[in-house]
Amino acid sequence: MAPPSSRRSGHSRRAQYGLFTGYVLATIGVLFGALLLGISLWRPTSFNGLRTSAGDIVAPVGEANAVTRTEGQGLFDSISGYLRAGSQNANLKKEVELARIRLKEADAVRQENARLKTLLGLRDTQTPPVAITRLVGSSASSTRRFAYLGAGSNQGVTVGMPVRSPRGVVGRVLEVGQHSARVLLLADSESVLPVRRAKDDVVAFAEGRGDGRLRIRLINLGVNPLKRGDVFVTSGAGGYYQPGVAVAILDQVTSDGGVARVIADPAATDFVAVEPIWQPKAVESAKTPVGEALANDQSTGAATQ
Amino acid sequence: MIDPISGKARRDRYGSKINRTHSPILAYATPWITIMFASLLPQLPIASAIPLIPPLGYLMMIAWRLVRPGLLPVWAGTLLGMFDDLFSGQPFGSATLLWSLTMLSIELLEARFPWRGFLQDWLVGVVFIAAYLIVAAMLSGARIEITAIVVMVPQFLLSICIFPIIARMVAVLDRFRLMRVRVIG
Repeated sequence: MAPPSSRRSGHSRRAQYGLFTGYVLATIGVLFGALLLGISLWRPTSFNGLRTSAGDIVAPVGEANAVTRTEGQGLFDSISGYLRAGSQNANLKKEVELARIRLKEADAVRQENARLKTLLGLRDTQTPPVAITRLVGSSASSTRRFAYLGAGSNQGVTVGMPVRSPRGVVGRVLEVGQHSARVLLLADSESVLPVRRAKDDVVAFAEGRGDGRLRIRLINLGVNPLKRGDVFVTSGAGGYYQPGVAVAILDQVTSDGGVARVIADPAATDFVAVEPIWQPKAVESAKTPVGEALANDQSTGAATQ
Repeated sequence: MIDPISGKARRDRYGSKINRTHSPILAYATPWITIMFASLLPQLPIASAIPLIPPLGYLMMIAWRLVRPGLLPVWAGTLLGMFDDLFSGQPFGSATLLWSLTMLSIELLEARFPWRGFLQDWLVGVVFIAAYLIVAAMLSGARIEITAIVVMVPQFLLSICIFPIIARMVAVLDRFRLMRVRVIG
């Protein structure tokens, strides 16, 4: 059946004008949208205020949802735990044995570390996190990979701070509202992170591919030394992330590096810690154009010239 | 003597016909509110590593437009798109542009093919969803490579499978929209 068409307005002047105005408004809408899009592609931060206040409003809902989600996962885990109790018990016993041995080894390493650190006169650089919060949501239908945090400027979060879960790096804060913040996840195709291989000093860049995995690009080209299962940690270059935090595990070796999986998969992440920028001065000096003195430190400014 | 009339004569699917009428607020606000709610929804289930969840707000808008032509004005896409932009993670303005274009093109398409049916609506939905996903990815500011395109396939398949379900949901919501809830007198 053909629907009653609103396009045929008949002889009513009012209906005709109404219809015409509708088309004019829709066309203006298209032009307006194109204008907004142009502005936000040209200057991506233009509409941050709007977006962050909208995020602030929705954050409590996401918070409640995050709680239910975690509890739901816990329920399924405990059910499957009952089903696989026997074989799991045996495996766990074996693992505990090994873990005890490793723990002793780690103790030894820690002692040696402490001794060497006192020798060098270094103090422990562990800084407390700015905020511990939940990941309340993500841009699940867009090609970009963003997540939303349940903490914002009121909790002391600022733009650029690294976000990590107990497993490893999750991403970096991009926009901050009062009670919420937007995080650029590692898997986003605009995210680049300097990393090194955990066991030696092979340095590389980890770039997001947009499919949840990272492309590892070696800085020193030559014979590719990578193997499947290599673990990459942050190198601390750039000054944003503390060195030595787990990032990715190599999955596939390619000619110029490899493809790696993110260790702290945001889908499995519940609580995250927002950490202060590791070396704020390095970040600031990287933003300062060469030839211009830094605001608070003349000697560093002279060094960049 | 007056014959007792059947109880059904005083009621229909929208409720009692005596002393009750439609609420204009409910009748006009339902499509807008459900579309806005659907725009919010993909944000809540967590953080998939790939874009997997269909653009529910967009699907909801096409479904309302196709199931109930004439209810949403042509310019509705602009305002609803702006709301979607606040939450979708796309650069601001991408949904404003694409949703407005969608409403205009469905209007043109309707002039060309005024007949309706399940398959035709679905086909229209599939074409628009495919175009929307591809153009939105191009406008998102992300680098588009082979992997990014491959990753979009599950989202596309999920979207076209879910579209008839959303259309049925819209039909139910439409019945809810026209419930006689206002008491006269």
